[in-house]
Amino acid sequence: MAVKMSYSEAINDAIRLAMRKDDDVILIGEDVAGGAEVDHLQDEGAWGGVFGVTKGIVEEFGRDRVIDTPIAESGYMGAAVSAAATGLRPISELMFNDFIGSCLDEVMNQAAKFHYMFGGKAKVPLTIRTIDGAGFNAAAQHSQSLYALFTHIPGIKVVIPSNPYDMKGLLLSAIFDDDPVIVFEDKTLYGMKGEVGEGFYTIPFGKAEIKRAGKDLTIVGLGKQVYTALKAADQLAKKGFEAEVIDPRTLSPLDEDTIINSVKKTGRLIIVDEAYPRCSAATDIAAIVGDKAFDYLDAPIKRVTAPHAPVPFSPPLEKLYMPTPQKIIDAFSVMVGNKVFSAV
Amino acid sequence: MQTETQVAAKDMTVEKAKWIYTKMQEIRQFETAVHDIFAKGEIPGFVHLYAGEEAVAVGVCAHLTDDDSITSTHRGHGHCIAKGCDLNGMMAEIYGRATGLCKGKGGSMHIADVSKGMLGANGIVGAGLPLAIGAGLTAKVKKTKNVAVCFFGDGASNHGTFHEAVNMAAIWKLPVVFVCENNGFGEASTFDYAAAADQIADFAKVYKIAGETVDGKDLPAVYEAAAKAVARARKGEGPTILECMTYRDFGHFEGDTQSYKDKEAQKKAITEDDAIVRFQDYLKKQKILTGQDIKKIDDAVKASIDEAIRFSEESPFPDAKEVTTDVYVSY
Ligand SMILES: Cc1ncc(C[n+]2csc(CCOP(=O)(O)OP(=O)(O)O)c2C)c(N)n1
Ligand SMILES: [Mg+2]
Repeated sequence: MAVKMSYSEAINDAIRLAMRKDDDVILIGEDVAGGAEVDHLQDEGAWGGVFGVTKGIVEEFGRDRVIDTPIAESGYMGAAVSAAATGLRPISELMFNDFIGSCLDEVMNQAAKFHYMFGGKAKVPLTIRTIDGAGFNAAAQHSQSLYALFTHIPGIKVVIPSNPYDMKGLLLSAIFDDDPVIVFEDKTLYGMKGEVGEGFYTIPFGKAEIKRAGKDLTIVGLGKQVYTALKAADQLAKKGFEAEVIDPRTLSPLDEDTIINSVKKTGRLIIVDEAYPRCSAATDIAAIVGDKAFDYLDAPIKRVTAPHAPVPFSPPLEKLYMPTPQKIIDAFSVMVGNKVFSAV
Repeated sequence: MQTETQVAAKDMTVEKAKWIYTKMQEIRQFETAVHDIFAKGEIPGFVHLYAGEEAVAVGVCAHLTDDDSITSTHRGHGHCIAKGCDLNGMMAEIYGRATGLCKGKGGSMHIADVSKGMLGANGIVGAGLPLAIGAGLTAKVKKTKNVAVCFFGDGASNHGTFHEAVNMAAIWKLPVVFVCENNGFGEASTFDYAAAADQIADFAKVYKIAGETVDGKDLPAVYEAAAKAVARARKGEGPTILECMTYRDFGHFEGDTQSYKDKEAQKKAITEDDAIVRFQDYLKKQKILTGQDIKKIDDAVKASIDEAIRFSEESPFPDAKEVTTDVYVSY
């Protein structure tokens, strides 16, 4: 049975299911409940996260398992890492991914390395939930999409769900995975509604989803950019070109096979990513395909990404900053050697 | 805590008092206007308002020149105004216009004017603390006698950067004043819950520097305590933690329902305990300004805020090329 839920509700639902299933699951972070030690809010909490995503969870599970922290990312993230290593299964919220500067050591050098450094004898079943994404006029320090930073680091898994169904299944996989996992929640998707499976289900990591089949072009869209890719595909279809659109869903592990098999069929690849282009996930995917499927390519791989610049505040600038269907069509038109599509 | 308001602040000239009152009014009216405009949906993004805390920014910046630096927070409009940033340029920045102080690239959370020693509002809690000691280090190495002031919240005092910065400022005797705006909340969490310490100024003791907690709604109290702290820094006698007990009148950010606030306390804070009301009383009792003088200032400030809004609405958005300019000085 499927139910209609928003992306935000799917997260809330997944966390509740996990906490019901396993007493070791705790939720920790800044204002994940809110109103700690305020008499009238002791049970119900206040915000439930800055976007209200975890609202009501404290009511069901109490403040022992839903823990508001001081503004001390390095402190509580480090605590979550070693709580994970010593028997809990924490979901630690880093409010915006841009705040990773305050706790990168805990994630990069501790969580991601324990298992390897300790000869496979320690496990860190930690889930970090964090908010990414531009398009909210939140400016340079609250709009980044930093998933590439973590994809670069061995030992931590990276998940970028693009819809409510995937969010729920991937988040549940993350929580019950024995490795550290970071799950990116695009702030502009919180209100998006979609069909979500009822009850407990998981979606395996490293399995991309083909959102639309096509034979002329492969477009890999990261996170919400899968929608930009789908819009471009619709417009290209009107011109007689069928694009295959792929949502990788997880960046680490990455489902290379699905992407490569698609490119073998289409001979063309565009990767759409709103993150910075240098050393990025888009660049990584381009390199993998260049490496493993070069002979199948009919044109150079194109990346439609943000420019190598911070996210601007001013709304018209931020619009220009983001990938658009037109930018994808322009890239495709270069790949097929003519410009007739720019007017689509 | 110092609560005695009705003593004449030492060394506050009539000119200074007028400047202070004008700046406090500018902050209040600016923030009230932004609150209204945001509610109408005319400005985007995250906006954190400073209304209620005016006495802190103005009482401290009254002792600074353009050569002195300040670091600020996400709640930075008040610091900007107190440090002399242009109202038109600030408002246009919040509107995302090309005429904004940062060309519309930064917005509310990143307003800056380095020429005024305003090193930027900041989207990262705790970031201003080490930045302030850097400005202090420059002053010390270059022997300029300039002072750096760090405005930070009670919530930020729980961040590691607070302790790293205060310790370094102490061991190097840097000309820094750490001004804690203790408004009792960090987002939807209370100071009482989030901090083990009773007062932030108590940390001064362990770091062996000067520390003081004052009523941050009491302009003369802030003014006098800041005078001492800034003078100490200028003379090379090291840093101070100046904790100002205050209140933010609006929500954490615009759109916050504020369920975590005690309604009685809020009412008191925005009425009888209001910093502007209290300073008006002070000015009248000390016969520095009459009710009429005050009204005149209020009206003039209103005109300047109206002008800032008109200026912003009529200003163009930035040119498309600005998306990729200013990333590097050279590349
Ligand atoms: C490193 C970091 N963590 C968390 C946040 C989110 N955040 C923004 S303001 C704020 C509360 C700050 O409280 P306080 O320092 O008391 O300042 P106030 O808002 O009361 O002025 C939080 C948690 C942030 N911007 N940066
Ligand atoms: Mg505060």
